[in-house]
Amino acid sequence: MDDCCSTKAGVRHSPFNYIPLLLIPFFITIYFYLERGVDFLVYAVLGLDRSSHLTESIRFFLYDTPKVLLLLTVIVFVVGIIRSYFSPEKTRKALEGKPLFVGNVMAACLGIVTPFCSCSAIPLFIGFVESGIPLGVTFSFLIAAPMINEVALVLLFGLFGWRTALLYLATGLSIAIISGWVIGKLKVERFVEQWVYEMKAGDIRMPEEQVAFGDRIQAGYTAVVDIVSAVWIYIVIGIAVGAAVHGYVPENFMASIMGKAAWWSVPLSVLIGVPLYSNAAGIIPILQALLEKGASLGTALAFMMSVIGLSLPEMIILRKVIKLPLIVIFLSVVATGIMIVGFLFNWIY
Amino acid sequence: MKIEILGTGCAKCHKLYELVLETIKTEGIAADVSNVQDIKKIMAYGVMTTPAIVVDGEVKVVGKIPTADEIKRLLGSK
Repeated sequence: MDDCCSTKAGVRHSPFNYIPLLLIPFFITIYFYLERGVDFLVYAVLGLDRSSHLTESIRFFLYDTPKVLLLLTVIVFVVGIIRSYFSPEKTRKALEGKPLFVGNVMAACLGIVTPFCSCSAIPLFIGFVESGIPLGVTFSFLIAAPMINEVALVLLFGLFGWRTALLYLATGLSIAIISGWVIGKLKVERFVEQWVYEMKAGDIRMPEEQVAFGDRIQAGYTAVVDIVSAVWIYIVIGIAVGAAVHGYVPENFMASIMGKAAWWSVPLSVLIGVPLYSNAAGIIPILQALLEKGASLGTALAFMMSVIGLSLPEMIILRKVIKLPLIVIFLSVVATGIMIVGFLFNWIY
Repeated sequence: MKIEILGTGCAKCHKLYELVLETIKTEGIAADVSNVQDIKKIMAYGVMTTPAIVVDGEVKVVGKIPTADEIKRLLGSK
């Protein structure tokens, strides 16, 4: 078919679709000049006292908020484009017939890039089980999908640096892979609600349509609007609290509660973190401030993972398809994995 | 024309339902729109991400809210 003149193509290949792409270099430029700009504003324009706590807090807030929001916009946009190449249906096809361990690794990795929201956890779960994907592999996907998300990675990168972001990615993946594998070995099939097995899932009959790159950019743009509009407020509040802690809470204040010496802080963080349901956006800026005041990295990571990765609402949704014992197994296996990561990092650093 | 909106009751599904109703009204399309919440029926279409649009038994859109233009195109092409 002539690809430029049909009415369909006319709608889709609008040059306006490419505008967001042009904004990226502009954003990156701002990002690199931001610190100097904020310093100039705080010290030269506003003439604030360099040594006061208030100045420290204001500078921290004025610098970190736009920095994180800029990073977030760019990354969410790029991830939105990448995600448009994936779908749960394709992921299911890719996972079909894969042996256990390989399947776990693939499922965890696909969990990061496949667009997924916990409200479609059930159709996804049934879809996976129906096509014969082992439960352990399905769980690897369900663990990785919420735990490793672009918002968490951006915040970790922006506030802690690339090492911590990478660390989070690697340990999150390991937990998803190993927990799924362990669950697979435990032979938990009998804890799946019977009706799930009785269901007949159809094969989707949707023509694989050619998607223009302009449409993918549009998908990235939509992702930015959706995600940034949902999380910006948490980020601003989180950074504001972080800024206050940064300027006012004394050094090493957290050391006794969340420090290395207190071994019990890791399991405690996980216990508190599981029922707490927050997105990465609100929790990470506060965590940064805590780390600065003497909390240890392992404890902080464990807390963050249990808040983001394990959530009560998701368990309640999953309860419709799996019986309580499996929910408990799922929770304990993942929580154990998170604690091991916490201990490991407290021990290394 | 028979239009089914598949969704387990999430916010996006309701939004899509409203959007389709509105499009039909403004475009003057004669169609029977229904909101399918039964997970078994949803699965029967092989759909794993909601919301989804099914037109005359054929899955058209999965896992997203299309723009008003896309919906018009979807329904108008019949």
